[in-house]
Amino acid sequence: MKYTEGPEIRDAKAPSGPIEERWEKRKFSAKLVNPANKRKLNVIVVGTGLAGGSAAATLGELGYNVKSFCYQDSPRRAHSIAAQGGINAAKNYRGDGDSIYRLFYDTVKGGDFRARESNVYRLAQVSVNIIDQAVAQGVPFAREYGGLLDTRSFGGAQVSRTFYARGQTGQQLLLGAYQALERQVAAGTVTMHTRHEMLDVIVSDGRARGVIVRDMVTGEIERHLADAVVLATGGYGNVFFLSTNAKGCNTTAIWRAHERGAYFANPCYTQIHPTCIPVSGEYQSKLTLMSESLRNDGRVWVPLRKNDTRAPGDIPDDERDYYLERIYPAFGNLVPRDIASRAAKNVCDEGRGVGPGGLGVYLDFRDAINRLGRDAVEKKYGNLFEMYERITGENPYDVPMRIYPAVHYTMGGLWVDYDLQSTIPGLFVIGEANFSDHGANRLGASALMQGLADGYFVLPTTIGDYLAAGPFGEVDEAAIAEAELKVRNKIDRLLSVNGTRTPDSFHRELGKLMWDYCGMERTEESLRKALERIPELREEFWQNVKVTGTAEELNQVLERAGRVADFFDLAELMCLDALVRTESCGGHFRAESQDADGEALRDDENFAHVSAWEWGADGPILHKEPLEYEYVKMTQRSYK
Amino acid sequence: MNLTLKVWRQSGPSDKGRMVTYKVEDVSPDMSFLEMLDVLNERLILEGDDPIAFDHDCREGICGMCGMVINGVAHGEQRATTTCQLHMRHFEDGATITIEPWRAAPFPVVKDLVVDRSAFDRIIQAGGFVSVPAGSAPDAHSIPVRKEDADAAFDAATCIGCGACVAACPNGSASLFTAAKITHLSLLPQGQPERLSRAKAMVDQMDAEGFGGCTNTGECTAVCPKGIPLDAIARMNADYLKANAK
Amino acid sequence: MAVTGAVMVLFLVLHMLGNLKIFLGKDSFNEYAHALRTLLEPLLPYRTVLTVLEVVLVASVVLHMWAAISLSRRAGKARPVKYVAKKSQAAGYTTHIMRWGGVTIALFVVWHLLDLTFGVVNPKGFDSAPADRMIAGFEPSRWWVTLIYIVAVVMVGLHLRHGVWSAVQTLGWANSTRNKVLRLSAGLLSAVLVIGFLAPPLAITFGVVK
Ligand SMILES: Cc1cc2nc3c(=O)[nH]c(=O)nc-3n(C[C@H](O)[C@H](O)[C@H](O)COP(=O)(O)OP(=O)(O)OC[C@H]3O[C@@H](n4cnc5c(N)ncnc54)[C@H](O)[C@@H]3O)c2cc1C
Ligand code: HEM
Ligand code: SF4
Ligand code: FES
Repeated sequence: MKYTEGPEIRDAKAPSGPIEERWEKRKFSAKLVNPANKRKLNVIVVGTGLAGGSAAATLGELGYNVKSFCYQDSPRRAHSIAAQGGINAAKNYRGDGDSIYRLFYDTVKGGDFRARESNVYRLAQVSVNIIDQAVAQGVPFAREYGGLLDTRSFGGAQVSRTFYARGQTGQQLLLGAYQALERQVAAGTVTMHTRHEMLDVIVSDGRARGVIVRDMVTGEIERHLADAVVLATGGYGNVFFLSTNAKGCNTTAIWRAHERGAYFANPCYTQIHPTCIPVSGEYQSKLTLMSESLRNDGRVWVPLRKNDTRAPGDIPDDERDYYLERIYPAFGNLVPRDIASRAAKNVCDEGRGVGPGGLGVYLDFRDAINRLGRDAVEKKYGNLFEMYERITGENPYDVPMRIYPAVHYTMGGLWVDYDLQSTIPGLFVIGEANFSDHGANRLGASALMQGLADGYFVLPTTIGDYLAAGPFGEVDEAAIAEAELKVRNKIDRLLSVNGTRTPDSFHRELGKLMWDYCGMERTEESLRKALERIPELREEFWQNVKVTGTAEELNQVLERAGRVADFFDLAELMCLDALVRTESCGGHFRAESQDADGEALRDDENFAHVSAWEWGADGPILHKEPLEYEYVKMTQRSYK
Repeated sequence: MNLTLKVWRQSGPSDKGRMVTYKVEDVSPDMSFLEMLDVLNERLILEGDDPIAFDHDCREGICGMCGMVINGVAHGEQRATTTCQLHMRHFEDGATITIEPWRAAPFPVVKDLVVDRSAFDRIIQAGGFVSVPAGSAPDAHSIPVRKEDADAAFDAATCIGCGACVAACPNGSASLFTAAKITHLSLLPQGQPERLSRAKAMVDQMDAEGFGGCTNTGECTAVCPKGIPLDAIARMNADYLKANAK
Repeated sequence: MAVTGAVMVLFLVLHMLGNLKIFLGKDSFNEYAHALRTLLEPLLPYRTVLTVLEVVLVASVVLHMWAAISLSRRAGKARPVKYVAKKSQAAGYTTHIMRWGGVTIALFVVWHLLDLTFGVVNPKGFDSAPADRMIAGFEPSRWWVTLIYIVAVVMVGLHLRHGVWSAVQTLGWANSTRNKVLRLSAGLLSAVLVIGFLAPPLAITFGVVK
């Protein structure tokens, strides 16, 4: 795939000065909107997850006229609901040496020095307010006997800064945001449009002025106009078909915005989570995450010998390879996600994997049960064990769990400046949908933090600065009509192919290809192969897909086909981005760039930048945004 | 495994609907119930038929989007399990399985097994929240909460809003859902100021939506994937009576 | 439902205690029946209190039935399309027989009033002593009357086994720590009522009380 290079992005609009003061400075410099004017300003928020739900609620509270959209039947079902582990905040309630600066430092380092310092610092600052807000809403975080909030250490952090609500933190936080949102619906400031899929952005006079959506029940194509548009449509992990994301997660909203001019940043940064339940058969429709906390007590191993088909209990200790403990004696089973994932892949590639297809490793609680007793283990992990048994039919108290890495989160997304505004004026992007504050690797419990920081605190301030110049007047009818026509044409085209393969069969094939060639380990060769194969498969898709039914009804086949079509285009850009970035960093591992021990090797000389891709009719255009580190010294990560 | 499915098919709200029989072959016991339907749907598409529409999203039992009445039981006979978490190993080879949508007037069928549950959102709109605008909250540690209260509030807050309780209730009542939210908030200090007005507004909205009245049959809690107990309803009633006495 | 039900339960308890007086002899029973009518005399005229009680009771029955009917109608409206297959998952059969049980009880109450209050279907007729009516009503040859009573009273027992707990729940006094005790109490109260109500007719039918 051909691409060209455009000018560098020199200004991401972060204020200058001491890092602790930048957000304060920005808040002060942001223009305020006169309360009487707010009612006349319309804002569209697409997505009702932690980011979109909190943003729509807050904008409503501020008095803007908000329209909110989601594809589910209720805003409460956005994918954020599935987050299990917890949410970070620099509260230092434990007095264990945590601070805003430490959370900032850990996040920059965890992101393998590919995130912006200013953004991350703000995130750490705001994290504190999120917990206050959630508690006031009645989010039932875990508490200690003294009545104060409990925290735990998560994802290898050395301080205990993760707040949690059993294994359902995302659910509880989302319900808090959802309730705030419904309160605004009742107050009349927010109008909710459920079962509506956004299919295009309306850009008029260089500003984002609305969206084209499809009513998924009647099939009607609707236009909604506004003074600003906020996308909070989540991640695109489903490009791999199998991932821990909900079935409906898609790239459609952000991809179509990309086609309208919003840059797409770091598309290749994907997070692969090490502890998921392995694939059990061809029919597999999604993968289930097992909480990372299991690695606190479970030991990961595979047989020492290849193709060892003995039952795990029959393999004596000296014929087991506890490979994480062996390779990383200091961190052992608690190494970060990317490292644990790749190690699992390596032992399976050696033919030592277990379970169907040899794609699995054991996560064994035998020693924990012996040490702590079955009751203690049950208290800590009972519900996770139950979930595992429900899905696999195996009892982890007797047989070690089988786990395997799976796609979990996408650090890439639409490029935004410090104000969370994309390269289309008036188009703001928040939550997982933007390229976020996580650099090349996200730390556990940081996505919830970012989504809520964006939605409750950052966007409501920065969007005001933009809206202060509004209302922006009439929207150009030609722009609306053009967007509408584009959407209709795409739908008509999908319905008219009438071929012999289902959308899902294409999606599966694309996903496998991405997993094999652009997954945990990428090479120039694999990426080139993918870049050759994807256009062929896309071509076949447009020649041979079969979409039943009509456009004027609830048509789940049509919905899926539209999403798959966009995944093809995104997949191509992901592979290109991965090919161009010849270094390894965070979740992006290029086999060509590793040290003597096989660890990821960054190339700061050439790649200390964000890769922001502009859509071009003749192929993508790459804009680099250089990253500078004034506070955290760039070092190679080491977990040995 | 080979199975016979009897599935409710209804092309839209105005269609009368009927049961249609399908055979599915080579079902793996490791499949989830929805994966079994996926396989059938893939076949229907290739045969040019309209695949069976059903709601689902997370497929891990937390979003509350899925839900069908399987062999006469909401979410199927496996206890404390959503439809998406139900696996085929719990069925016998050769079995006949009936699949129907949630049936309640306030949950009109949209298509096949898909129903409109927006009545639940409106019940929350009536008062299922704590009024606290973003940015106005005091420090999280300024109000300690007894662990027992926090845990009990959490238990109630685990409701996923699936609607199985309504589907199972012989009266078509939404009491368990409504009570779960009222209980969650009424157990916490943060929920106290609006406690009684919330209970009144939510219960009145529930009635206005056309749900039936509760006669404490316990069918709801038996099928609830999160095991919300009937206690919650007692709590709701107490708050509601108190609110009306004022 | 709960309040009217509770009034009726209270009535049933008193009624049962009164009935049991038959074991203390006819006179004791007749005195009790008479005392009921002369309560608070001479403060109030003959039968005032009893009439008030009767009115409250009849109102309770009517309101209870009205509530039951409106609940059923709401339930019907809330589920216009029935399930093709429906299987109960709740523990206990008593919940399922509330409505038919209630109807059975209602029919019985009519019969019961005709029998022992107005004496219309009683061999001794209206102008007799209450105890005589009772004993004549249940004499061994009229075993089928006793049978009707048994069926009805057992129905009442089942109705209350769920109903008493249900009322507590409806009034918001139940919770899981109390629930075991509450359910047990409901069962116990129902059992006591069943036994208490059935003892006199059975004793008469089997000739223990003449
Ligand atoms: C299994 C799992 C566990 C996780 N655990 C944790 C954890 O413990 N801690 C943590 O910090 N993070 C965790 N994460 C990550 C985190 O949950 C997500 O990154 C985060 O919730 C994303 O929130 P969001 O608001 O950006 O998007 P989402 O919650 O994904 O919401 C997207 C919204 O956009 C709407 N939408 C999407 N496309 C369209 C369209 N085309 N038209 C209209 N609407 C659309 C959807 O309806 C939805 O409302 C986890 C993720 C997974 C998958
Ligand atoms: C007259 C005929 C009767 C009818 C038609 C009737 C019907 C009903 C119905 C339909 C219910 C609600 C179902 C439920 O809670 O599950 C109910 C509840 C109840 N009934 Fe009856 N019943 C009758 C007589 C009685 C009598 C004689 C008593 C007691 C002496 C009684 C006591 C109760 C109680 C305590 C409840 C529970 C109330 C609640 O949960 O709010 N009923 N009855
Ligand atoms: S109470 Fe239970 S059954 Fe009802 S909506 Fe909530 S989770 Fe579903
Ligand atoms: S699909 Fe989310 S709960 Fe079943």
